[in-house]
Amino acid sequence: MPQGEHIELHRKRYGRQLDHEERTRKKEARSVKKRATMAQRTLGIKGKMLAKERAKEKAVMKKTIAMHEERDKKHKADDGNKGAALPAYLLERDQVDRAKVLSNTIKQKRKEKAGKWEVPLPKVRPVAEDEMFKVLRTGKRKKKEWKRMVTKVTFVPPGFTRKPPKYERFIRPTGLRMSKAHVTHPELKATFQLAIIGVKKNPNGQAYTGLGVITKGTCASKGACHSGSGSGSGSSGSGSGTIIEVNVSELGLVTPGGKVVWGKYAQVTNNPENDGCINAVLLV
Amino acid sequence: MTGTEQPPSHANIIIQLESEEGNAAGPQLDVPQDVTPSQLETLLNGLQHNEERLSYSFFIHDQELAAELGTHLLKHQVSVEAVLRIVYQPQAVFKVRAVTRCTASLGGHAGASAVPSINTPREAVLSVNFSPDGNRVASGSGDTSVRLWDLHTQTPQFTCNGHASWVLVVAWSPDAAVVASGDHDGGLWLWEPATGKAMGQCKGHRKFITSIAWQPAHIELPSRRFCSGSKDTTIKVWDASTRRCLFTMSNHTQAITQVKWGGDGLIYSAGRDCSINVWAAADGRLLRSLTGHGHWVNTMSLSTDYVLRTGPFDHTGVAPDDIESRKQVAQQRYDAARHGLPERLATGSDDFTLFLWDPSNQKQPRARMTGHMQLVNQACLVTFSPDGRWIASASFDKSVKLWDGVTGAFVASFRGHVGPVYQASVAWASDSRLFVSGSKDSTLKVWDVRSKKLLMDLPGHADEVFSVDWSPNGKTVVSGGKDRMVKLWRR
Repeated sequence: MPQGEHIELHRKRYGRQLDHEERTRKKEARSVKKRATMAQRTLGIKGKMLAKERAKEKAVMKKTIAMHEERDKKHKADDGNKGAALPAYLLERDQVDRAKVLSNTIKQKRKEKAGKWEVPLPKVRPVAEDEMFKVLRTGKRKKKEWKRMVTKVTFVPPGFTRKPPKYERFIRPTGLRMSKAHVTHPELKATFQLAIIGVKKNPNGQAYTGLGVITKGTCASKGACHSGSGSGSGSSGSGSGTIIEVNVSELGLVTPGGKVVWGKYAQVTNNPENDGCINAVLLV
Repeated sequence: MTGTEQPPSHANIIIQLESEEGNAAGPQLDVPQDVTPSQLETLLNGLQHNEERLSYSFFIHDQELAAELGTHLLKHQVSVEAVLRIVYQPQAVFKVRAVTRCTASLGGHAGASAVPSINTPREAVLSVNFSPDGNRVASGSGDTSVRLWDLHTQTPQFTCNGHASWVLVVAWSPDAAVVASGDHDGGLWLWEPATGKAMGQCKGHRKFITSIAWQPAHIELPSRRFCSGSKDTTIKVWDASTRRCLFTMSNHTQAITQVKWGGDGLIYSAGRDCSINVWAAADGRLLRSLTGHGHWVNTMSLSTDYVLRTGPFDHTGVAPDDIESRKQVAQQRYDAARHGLPERLATGSDDFTLFLWDPSNQKQPRARMTGHMQLVNQACLVTFSPDGRWIASASFDKSVKLWDGVTGAFVASFRGHVGPVYQASVAWASDSRLFVSGSKDSTLKVWDVRSKKLLMDLPGHADEVFSVDWSPNGKTVVSGGKDRMVKLWRR
């Protein structure tokens, strides 16, 4: 059913105003001033949002102008000595650009000395039990309610055997067990799929660490930050994701003492039960 | 059964000692089965009527005899029914022990801040080289300087500035009188190591220089000629005293990766066009072109490399004073290293294989050595042990493989590095028992050829190790890397 096409139809049939082009041109010319007045006069949240948009626009405009100016700038002739010095056998080979921080540099050492790993500040509310566990009814009349099934992603170590079903209280379903994580190196900006060695700490609660539950957890809204029980004190609240230990032997890292590094900590950055995979960022 | 399984301790074995070429060294001998290699050595010395006791190593079916004869035979299940042939090989006269510790970290290339920081990788040390007499080290770096270091005091001696871009190659003349260095722009500079002053510049190449090789000492002393290979696909032979280019050899179609000046008046050049060319050193005629590799030829090594490099200096760094006797000594050493056979050439390439050639005789390779695998797998530096018995190849697949130097058969594989071993030279200790490898994982590792195991792990560099060299007297290892440090290692 045609709707709202009457305007277009009229335009097609009768054309536009005779001075249409001039009017639009002048209106656009005035709109600059109008925008500016609006930006200055708008108050409250509207004003703030407007200001943010304008700041973004300004940044983009500046970049475009800079790009255009590049054309007029004069550059020194390329002397070919770009980047790091390479020995003759490495020249003209497409080497994967390795981040310098990956291996034993002073920066690495400093960070290692500073803090073993950063336990996230518990600005989180601990994940509630009813969200984490699902009550399983058992027994002849399905009246007993002492069994719990974990509804989040878990990690079980290799060689794990279940307890006898009669005695197991926490059930970790195989469908939610994962053994690999996609770990991103923060400086390299490269992601590797690495095997998980273990779950180091789940800041949502100690019990969850023992079970190997991997969660991201939610941050409380600003202002009301509960401190969870049993969480260590971290220097900076870097989030609430679980800390896992991953096998980094394929990255070929070596400590300054010459030992090969095969395990490193990483912090989970997504909700694995929603995504079906574990994404983590390597803690260097 | 009342008897034990072991042969009774008084059982005897009939052996025949033979040299490598197959000549018998005395009659057949009846020896008890618990004879040790040192006793065999005494026996052999007596048979050969040697005035001073030389040390030998013994091989049964290419397995070295390390323990008592009886236990060795049991272990390798060699039958004692027939006469046992034991091949003896004279060991080099001096022994080398593994280097164990870093004695000096020379940070001259690091500039103002000796703390290596990740922001200045353009000053990485790109090549290090010992002088033939073992007294000095020359190092070339990305900060365009060549530095000379004194080994005995482990301190810097001179800084040679003059290059305009990264110094890629540094090469000592065999009489230790001149150091030649090539850089990323194609500039070649000659330096006097005694004073640190520049002798001059050799202009001609248009692109970066990949390799420099000096004329051997037994052909001419004092060393005057050297050749340089570059990315501009030419090899130029220069006269060091006049700094003029004598002639240019251009047959390669792509960059040249390595040049070597052989002891027979031949120059070998390997290039990225998958071929190796053999030239006459006198006038630059192309004699032969050796093809066979499927990809870039990265590295070349001659069986007489060590001797050509050290020239008249013996393993203690001593050489006679006057020129004639120096030439004679160099000639003697060269003849001894060749054992009367023509020079052999081993080449490694991007196609994961190595070839063994007899370049003065045939165009066909003698052997092809395959086995390196995995990803970016280039046999980067292949060196013959000083007596030409082994070939070691370092590859990007994090392993070093050992091959027989005469037949090209695979002997052993050394694994231990966690990063590509390409990034450094495999340098031999002068008595061919140990070699060191440096790798991208910033460690150096010393391996033992006899036990085929890792001897020492030498961590210490903060970043990739680009270049490694073992001194001719076998006492020190020098390594330079991306962390801009030059490190000396000793026992």
